[in-house]
Amino acid sequence: MAAIYSLYIINKSGGLIFYKDCGTKGRMDTNDSLRVASLWHSMHAISQQLSPVNGCSGIELLEADTFDLHCFQSLPGTKFFVVCEPGTPHMESLLRYIYELYTDYVLKNPFYEIEMPIRCELFDINLTQAVQSDRVALLGR
Amino acid sequence: MIGVGKMKQYSNVLDKPLSKGKQEVSLTAFAFLFSELVQYNQTQVDNIAELERRLEDAGYAVGSRVLELLCNREKGNRRETRLLGILSFVHSTVWKVLFGKVADSLEKGTEHEDEYMISEKELLVNRFISIPKDMGTFNCGAFVAGIVKGVLDNAGFPAVVTAHFVPIEGQQRPRTTILIKFAEEVLKREARLSQ
Repeated sequence: MAAIYSLYIINKSGGLIFYKDCGTKGRMDTNDSLRVASLWHSMHAISQQLSPVNGCSGIELLEADTFDLHCFQSLPGTKFFVVCEPGTPHMESLLRYIYELYTDYVLKNPFYEIEMPIRCELFDINLTQAVQSDRVALLGR
Repeated sequence: MIGVGKMKQYSNVLDKPLSKGKQEVSLTAFAFLFSELVQYNQTQVDNIAELERRLEDAGYAVGSRVLELLCNREKGNRRETRLLGILSFVHSTVWKVLFGKVADSLEKGTEHEDEYMISEKELLVNRFISIPKDMGTFNCGAFVAGIVKGVLDNAGFPAVVTAHFVPIEGQQRPRTTILIKFAEEVLKREARLSQ
């Protein structure tokens, strides 16, 4: 069964505002996850510059031997990316659904300061439900 | 005879009855507005009790208006004069107009005669709100408590109304209970009326 390893949300300036481990593999400590987030932010920006045609929105999918990395950037510049087993399906719709959860439970929460790390109980609860593999399969329909 | 599927033709546009209009507003629009209300009031206070009081005051103004509107619209300009009458008016009529459903439950307090509770598994105003750990037992339902207080006060049932989180067994999220404690004179009057 295809598995999701971890999930990141980075703000406009490349700071990690949310990180979640979803399995036993690929766990990272706080420093490493922060480093990965800012690295990805820069790589994403560079990929836009590298494009030979105008209007490139950056890397959407990175395929490696041992993992896939799917990235979704929202209009205001917040990036959501998920690291998963190669060939895991429905990751685009999962990212879109996570973006929806973010707009609902984070942005509508009066106690959340924009661009700051996310600590919202309702977001955590709903996200945990969403990444369960049977739920992910439902998203694909 | 009523013509099915055929609109009655009015010669004059002024004779046409006004349509009832849209009955619901967007939940997202409300959520952002309410979020701003809480954020604004947070900048104006230095402790949580004060924030709770300000939200309650904001709700109070809504409550007194809602009472007048609903007495006029639904009750033919009459208002409830009995305790249970006004409570079920809040629990069903007011709730339905404000939140689109009746409240989950209305109970009488077991310990005190003058206490009643309206409970809601997921209060509409709390739908998207997670309270940070350092704010303790603060509940944005204080706004709804204010609405209930506004309705009751203006109908002649002065009461102290507060909102609390009550954990439910086997559930991750607590429910919200609106606790209503009536003033002494209300209960005395009620006793006199039941004679």
